[in-house]
Amino acid sequence: MSIQDKIREQVKGHRVVLYMKGTPQFPQCGFSATATEILKRCGVDEFFSVNVLADPDLRQGIKEYANWPTVPQLYVDGEFVGGCDIMREMYQSGELQQVLGAKKPA
Amino acid sequence: MSGLAELIAERLATLEPVYVELDDDSAAHAGHPGAAGGAGHFSVTIVSHCFSGAPRLARHRAVLDRVADLIPHPVHALAIRAYTPDEYFPAHERTAR
Repeated sequence: MSIQDKIREQVKGHRVVLYMKGTPQFPQCGFSATATEILKRCGVDEFFSVNVLADPDLRQGIKEYANWPTVPQLYVDGEFVGGCDIMREMYQSGELQQVLGAKKPA
Repeated sequence: MSGLAELIAERLATLEPVYVELDDDSAAHAGHPGAAGGAGHFSVTIVSHCFSGAPRLARHRAVLDRVADLIPHPVHALAIRAYTPDEYFPAHERTAR
């Protein structure tokens, strides 16, 4: 399976996916820590997280998949939502809570 | 302003911003892995008519596209706040202009 296929499978196979540096329990970058905290504040305790530091090919692959150069990256229902700044802005406006709370369309 | 900050500012000028504030946050990140030598953490507040009608993701992409070749080296991180003039300048300031 190619890296791009693997990423597609991950983001389509889980409702909420966060590509990050480190883990939610031990983030290894301030931006990834912020992203994790925002998800928690939105009431998302369980999400699929991927530590890109553990897989250099994946780290490069996610940049190409989303055409987005930085980490973290949030996906909801298979759709790329954005990075840390976008998550923060959407959280502050309440949009992120809506996106995360909305049921996946049948 | 460091040479790198100047380069970023130059790139962002193509978005015809009415206001740009570029901060070099590198010192605060000195020593953390991936930020060798403490270099390359920036944050930018950019206000441009270009962002009118553009959703958040598109605005950030517009900014990132202009510096994509600088990431992850020498720019390790670029925090972005992108606004239209209407969003950024309070209404009373606008009417005073």
